[in-house]
Amino acid sequence: MPVQYTSILEEHRATREAVGLFDISHMGRLSITGPDATAFLDRLVTRRVSDLPAGHIRYGLVCNPAGGVLDDVLVYGAPGPAEVWGDHAALGVVVNAGNRDKLVAWFKDHQSGFDVRVDDHTHATATVAVQGPRAIETVDRLTRGAASALQNYRGARATLDGRPVYLSRTGYTGEDGVEIICPAASADGLWQRLVADTAPCGGVPVGLGARDTLRLEAAMPLYGHELSDTINPFEAGLHFGVTLAEGRDFIGRDVLASAQRSPARRRVGLALEGRRAAREGTPVLRDGQPVGVVTSGTFSPTLQRPIALALVDPAADTGPLTLDLRGKALSATTVPLPFYRRPR
Amino acid sequence: MPSNDICFTETHEWVHLSDETPPVATVGLSAFALEALTDLVHLELPEVGRTVEAGENVCEVESVKAVSEIYTPVTGEVTAAHEALVDQLETLTELPQEDVWLFRVRLSGDRPDTLLDTAAYQKLCEDGAN
Repeated sequence: MPVQYTSILEEHRATREAVGLFDISHMGRLSITGPDATAFLDRLVTRRVSDLPAGHIRYGLVCNPAGGVLDDVLVYGAPGPAEVWGDHAALGVVVNAGNRDKLVAWFKDHQSGFDVRVDDHTHATATVAVQGPRAIETVDRLTRGAASALQNYRGARATLDGRPVYLSRTGYTGEDGVEIICPAASADGLWQRLVADTAPCGGVPVGLGARDTLRLEAAMPLYGHELSDTINPFEAGLHFGVTLAEGRDFIGRDVLASAQRSPARRRVGLALEGRRAAREGTPVLRDGQPVGVVTSGTFSPTLQRPIALALVDPAADTGPLTLDLRGKALSATTVPLPFYRRPR
Repeated sequence: MPSNDICFTETHEWVHLSDETPPVATVGLSAFALEALTDLVHLELPEVGRTVEAGENVCEVESVKAVSEIYTPVTGEVTAAHEALVDQLETLTELPQEDVWLFRVRLSGDRPDTLLDTAAYQKLCEDGAN
């Protein structure tokens, strides 16, 4: 995936106003098969997997014993995306590209005692995300209505222009849309068809640059920025991504149970004065004292002002803050998240 | 100004020196730099009256993705800043190179001797692109 095909601003606008196409084949696609598949993921993922019905998709985290985040993942109830290549019994797990090797190793290291098989289908498969207000109608035309038949966070097998695919009504842009998983061999034809079919309504291929500005406006975390193995899910504002209910016993649970009561840091959204953007690592000050650091920042193309996510001391998360922007002090205020919410 | 009258820096600024005494340097962004700097959202220009030193980072241009620093190739006092550019960032890349001047500096020292002529600068860009 290139940083940009034409222009970050144009690709960003196209996704907010029409439709953007994202080749996210770099993301890791794993499957977990075997009698203990659900029990295994229940042990490794911060959300319950054992009650995940067929066709349901759940966002969760994989944590280390200290509660630090190893990755944020989507878990697909069986039959998941692997159904497309004939494996009806497998649960699917989609992981971040940069964490794929780490996660596969982590899963395999924790297999003992579970009758499961972990398979990495990343190179045999591809994913194209179709996102934006015109996304669903576009995919509907090619799938006889299969996209609009899905609720959010639901997935199903479908046939797109004659190709077997798995449609997942999920995304990373704050817009409505689907992520389409297909065998690698049909990916090129699928991409060309989607490019041709979305062009008349203003659809364009979108690169990593706009993928980042879109997800940041929607306040979605990016691993390595808002999430890392030294940041726990509560600090990252992902309370919904952890189920601590009675009987849950996943890796990291004990630490997270106490972290929930007293998080050491808190994720906040910042609105900045002027047009200069804070970037990752910009210090956040309160009365001249450091209280945190910016984890992601950009100029928001939709809002036409700079926005940033920061991790700050929970005692300092309201009221005026100052950012040390390359030696110049800049006023910032905390604002509700997400920065952008799509009109419905 | 005729384009054969300008020199370049290795950091992609162009410079034109007037015939006055002391000469006034007009500093702008090269077409090569403009090509690379898409999606501009902000331009910070130096304050008029400020004294700057050759090689100093005096202002910055910011795109959605990153910040690029701009250096003055000459030492002296800033006599003008091209504030009108700040309102036309979206079309900056469509302007001819000589219209994208950023600031002017009245030289207080010697003329710079490290500037590149057009041919040497073009070679630098071609080598960098390969």
